[in-house]
Amino acid sequence: MSKNYSLRSLLVRPEVATFLMFLAIMIGFYIANERFLDARNIRIVMGITPEYIIVAIGIAILMISGEFDLSVGSVFALVPMTIVQMVHQGIPPWFAIFLGLMIGIIVGFVNGFITLRFGIPSFIATLGMLYIARSLTTVATAGFPPPFPHILPNELFVYQFELFRASLYWALLVAVVLGVMLHRSNVGNWIYATGGDQNAASSMGIKTGNVKMFCFILCGFLAGFAGMIQTFRLEAPLPSQGYLLELESIAAAVIGGVSLFGGIGTVFGAVIGAILIRFLESGIIMARIDAEWFRAGLGSLIIIAVVFNTYISRRATRIGQNKAKD
Amino acid sequence: MEDIIVCEGLNKYYSGVHALKDLSLKIKKDSVVGLIGDNGAGKSTLIKILSGAHQPDSGHIYFEGNKVKFKSTKEAMNLGIETIYQYSALIPEMSIARNIFIGREQTQYNVGNFGLMKTKTMQDDAMKALTDVELHLRSPDTPVNQLSGGERQGVVIARAMYFKSKVLILDEPTNHLSVKETNKVLRFVEGLKSQGVTSIFITHNLSHVYPIADHLCVMARGEKIADLDKKDTTIDHLTDLLVNG
Ligand SMILES: Nc1ncnc2c1ncn2[C@@H]1O[C@H](COP(=O)(O)OP(=O)(O)O)[C@@H](O)[C@H]1O
Ligand SMILES: [Mg+2]
Repeated sequence: MSKNYSLRSLLVRPEVATFLMFLAIMIGFYIANERFLDARNIRIVMGITPEYIIVAIGIAILMISGEFDLSVGSVFALVPMTIVQMVHQGIPPWFAIFLGLMIGIIVGFVNGFITLRFGIPSFIATLGMLYIARSLTTVATAGFPPPFPHILPNELFVYQFELFRASLYWALLVAVVLGVMLHRSNVGNWIYATGGDQNAASSMGIKTGNVKMFCFILCGFLAGFAGMIQTFRLEAPLPSQGYLLELESIAAAVIGGVSLFGGIGTVFGAVIGAILIRFLESGIIMARIDAEWFRAGLGSLIIIAVVFNTYISRRATRIGQNKAKD
Repeated sequence: MEDIIVCEGLNKYYSGVHALKDLSLKIKKDSVVGLIGDNGAGKSTLIKILSGAHQPDSGHIYFEGNKVKFKSTKEAMNLGIETIYQYSALIPEMSIARNIFIGREQTQYNVGNFGLMKTKTMQDDAMKALTDVELHLRSPDTPVNQLSGGERQGVVIARAMYFKSKVLILDEPTNHLSVKETNKVLRFVEGLKSQGVTSIFITHNLSHVYPIADHLCVMARGEKIADLDKKDTTIDHLTDLLVNG
């Protein structure tokens, strides 16, 4: 009886459902084309995925705290562009990296400050930042994309090992550190509480404004860090980098079981969500379906995931209500 | 018996509304005080001030004989005044154990205020806290949204007990609860007295608080209109005060 109960409670965890969806999609595409899971394809897909994983984790944690960030795609371009341009100006590579990552942190801070200080929806504050940061990137490009300065230590971040790139290990490091932070530390408890019910959280003495600010800054930092990794991999700073990434990362988080209303989600779910999207893209291409179907597939996944999660949370609430009637 | 809380001449204005008018009140240690009054009487305003959520525009509060000025709920909580608000102070999606320790997590490997939670200790202590208020639930990992309304109030009371509150303020804890669930909450509150906890039970439903109260305080239009020991009054007299102000 109690075993049965725990199996059921495991199955209703959103990230477990996402993982099952992930397995189903992997098997489906494997049946459609056996080469989908050979080393070559895994190397290709997992070579580009780490950047998306890192951004999705930042977005997921911010969404769990009850806020959004639409500017991640633009920060994803702005940070590496400034790093490259600073190196061209003669700034030492590591110092340029430090300053560049600070820009991600500052953008996150500004997003948080505007949202919290003026009490406006983060959706709007960060929509503004989406345009501002993209515009700054284009200005920083100074007309023509600059060449990639090879004195930058890019191998450290993207070196291609046998199967995986160094970037995957960086993404795993981010996932483990932030997973422990979110799920095991008291800060994580405050983040869930803030996103779950801000009034209740602050009545228990949690400084919900500070908690949200921390999540905004973390999200901006991770978006910039991930963008830097992509530029290091492509060895070309492009002003268009990260276009529409904001929506894709929200999609990854939501597919991974993060609630749009805050308070629910896991780092693991966001990671699986991001990987799932990249394999979906690859699977559609390899199954020789018109690549345009990728977006339709992604769209369907989002809707299925949210409908499913809403269904589970309604059921959970109903358990409580039925009990009250006993 | 000594007074644990004394208020003198409290006033509170909300952009023009005079919500609390010169309110003075003494609360005896280890008693159950029923604070009653119709909707809009100013009950919530009074307890928000006592719990540090709001600050009075004028007047003084003494706690255990010392003058206090709470700037936040945290300050009041640190002195042992815990409040159970009209809305639930629980996070629905979070587990019972995590809810009990919100903002007061037991941690290890600390760096400043931050650290890793001692999950096992928190689960065990949560279970023990629930048992102490006679609430028997299956697991400390159950999300609060799977509990009934009465059980939720029980969790909040268990939380206040665990952190050794001296005063527990309950703002309409029986609102929206069935009769059976209401009785459960009343039993929790009645049990507090023997554990040395003073409780202030706020309601607009006299029949909920009358059976367990030692003292009753009636409010109307921001003023205290009666302040009586239960032995000096009757349910009919109080009903008359409530209806006719
Ligand atoms: N935050 C607020 N802003 C403006 N007016 C308020 C606020 N809170 C309460 N009031 C007003 O103060 C009066 C007393 O309210 P309240 O203390 O909530 O009463 P009760 O809890 O007895 O129902 C009411 O007239 C109410 O409209
Ligand atoms: Mg009220």
